[in-house]
Amino acid sequence: MAVTHDDVRHVAELARVGIDETKLDELVRELNGILVHMEVLSKVDVSSVEPTAGSPAATGGTPLRSDSSGPIPLLAPLESFAPSVRDGFIIVPRLATHDDAVDRAP
Amino acid sequence: MTGSDYPTLTASTIAARVKDGDSSPVDVVRASFGRARAVGAGPDGLNAILWSDEDESVREAERLRGQLEQGSKAGRFAGVPIAVKDNYATLGLPTTCGSRILAGYISPFEATCVTRLREDGAIIVAKTNMDEFAMGSSTENSAYGPTRNPIDIRRVPGGSSGGSAAAVAAGIVPIALGSETGGSVRQPASFCGIVGVKPTYGRISRYGLVAFASSLDHVSAFARNVDDSALALEVMAGADQRDSTSADVPVPSYRSQFVSRATAVRPLEGVTVGVPREYFPESLDQGIRTLCDRSIEHFRALGAKVRDVSLPHTDLAIPAYYIIAPAEASSNLARYEGVRYGARVDSVDGLRGMYEATRSLGFGPEVTRRIILGTYVLSAGYYDAYYRRAQAVRSLIARDFAQVFADGVDVLFTPTAPSTAFPIGAITDPYEMYLSDIFTVTANLAGIPAMSIPIGRDAGLPVGGQILAKHFGESVMFRAAYALEESLGEDAHR
Repeated sequence: MAVTHDDVRHVAELARVGIDETKLDELVRELNGILVHMEVLSKVDVSSVEPTAGSPAATGGTPLRSDSSGPIPLLAPLESFAPSVRDGFIIVPRLATHDDAVDRAP
Repeated sequence: MTGSDYPTLTASTIAARVKDGDSSPVDVVRASFGRARAVGAGPDGLNAILWSDEDESVREAERLRGQLEQGSKAGRFAGVPIAVKDNYATLGLPTTCGSRILAGYISPFEATCVTRLREDGAIIVAKTNMDEFAMGSSTENSAYGPTRNPIDIRRVPGGSSGGSAAAVAAGIVPIALGSETGGSVRQPASFCGIVGVKPTYGRISRYGLVAFASSLDHVSAFARNVDDSALALEVMAGADQRDSTSADVPVPSYRSQFVSRATAVRPLEGVTVGVPREYFPESLDQGIRTLCDRSIEHFRALGAKVRDVSLPHTDLAIPAYYIIAPAEASSNLARYEGVRYGARVDSVDGLRGMYEATRSLGFGPEVTRRIILGTYVLSAGYYDAYYRRAQAVRSLIARDFAQVFADGVDVLFTPTAPSTAFPIGAITDPYEMYLSDIFTVTANLAGIPAMSIPIGRDAGLPVGGQILAKHFGESVMFRAAYALEESLGEDAHR
C-alpha cells in the first residue's frame, strides 16, 4: 500500500497542516520508507488476541469515573495565555461559512 | 555546601544535609546555578536548559529555609534542585515542549508530579530541552537547537529527554524529570552514563504531562544512582483524581527493600534474572554485548539465578509502536490550532486558514511527519490494516512479557540501546532513528516498569543495561538494579 502524493495532500488537509509542494516528494518518499517496515505486521497471526484498547489492561485499563468532578481552577487568568481575549471570551477569526452567509443575505 | 562538592552529591545527601541544618537550601540552589554556568548549560554550550529564573528559585529556597527555621518538617527532597523536561506544566516557567507552537506559553496549572516534588521540598530550577513534543531519539528535533552530550559534546545525549539527561550528567541537578513514550528516558540515560527509570503505566499521574501518545506516555526520572531514582518514584507515585488512568495501588518503600553486599553475601538470592535472546541479536555491537555479559556474571555472583528466555514478538515492536504512537499523537496534537493558547498565525482565509497557518509554521518537520503518518493510519480504509492490527500485535508483545514473568522470572536484563551516543547529525533517515528505541519501546507498549543503569563504557562512551519487571514490580526491579550498581562499582563508569 504505497502512499501517493494525493494521499498526503488529503491527509494533510484532514490534519489541517499545510504541506509545501516543493517538499511533497521528500515527504511521500519518507512515509513510504517508514510504511514499508510496517508490512511485517500484516503477516502476523493475531487471531488469538484482542487488540489493546487504550491503556494496558493489566494496569487497570482506562477506568471510567463518575462524571462528577468540577472544573479545575486556573491559577493564571485567561489573558495570560490565550492569543486574543475580549470581555472574558476568546476571539477567533470569522468563519468562512459566515462570510458566505453574509454574501447570500438579501 | 561548597560549589566544588555539589556536582557529586546525591539528592538524598543534599536533603539530609538541609534537614540537619548542615546546608542551606539557598546555597544549594546557588550551587546548582553556578554549576550550570560553569559547564555552559545554555544555548551556546550544552543547550540543556531552555528556561530558568535564578532569582525566583533563590526566593523559593529562602522561603523553604524560613519554614525549616520555624520548625516545619523537612521533606524528602528538602532543598534539592530538580530540573523538569519542558513538556511538564509548571507555574512561573514556560512550557513549550521544545516547539515554536507553544513559544512563550506559561501554564495556568501545574503537573501533579511537579507539585508532589515541590511539596516534598524540591526546588524546580529549570525546564530542559527536548525533541519537539518528545518526538525523537536524539534531542536534535528541538525548535531551540540540539542538546549536546556532556560526555562528548560532538555527540547527542539521546532523546527525547536529552536536556534533562545532560543536566544530571553534567552535575547541574541530582535529579531531573524526563518523560517516556518509547524509551525517551532510558535511552538518554544509557547515552549519558546515568540512571533512568520508567515506572508501570499508571504508577505516576500524567496530569500536567503534555500528551504525546496517551496510552504510552509515562512520567519518568533521571538520577545519578539507583537510590535517588527510587526515592523520586516514592515521592511522585500514587493515585490522582486528575488522571483516571493513575492506579490506586499502594506505593511501597522501594529503598527499604534494597539488600547490600555489606549485609548479605548473596543479595539477590531467590531472584531469577531472565535474559531474552531477542535482545542479543548477532548484529549487536560487540562492545555492548561484552559489557552485558559482564553484568550477567555479576548477577550470578550476587546470588541470582540467570535463565535464557524468549520474547518472540520483540521484532514487531518498532513497527507497532510507530503506528500507535503517531496515531495517538495526531489526535492529541489537534489541540494546537492557535485558538486557546500558544502561538497564533493569522490568515486571510478565516478560521480554517488560521488553523492551517498556525500548525504549518508552528510544528517542525518530525512532528509534521508523525501527524501525517498518524492521520493516515487512522483514516478510512487503513484503520484496520494498520492501527487495529498494531494494537493486536501490542497485545502479543504484552503477552510475551506476562508469560515470562508467570514462568518464574522476576526481572529481565537487556542492553538499553543498540548503540552508544552517536555524533550530532549522523542519522538522517527517520526509520533508522526510530530503531534507536528497539530495546525500549516494548516496555511502553506493555506498560511494565523498566530502568537503565550504567554498566560500563565502550570506546569511552557510556553503555546502559536495562532491567524490566512485571506490572507494579518496581520493588524487585530496583533491588536488582541496586545490587548490580553496587557490585559493578566504579567499573560502571569505565
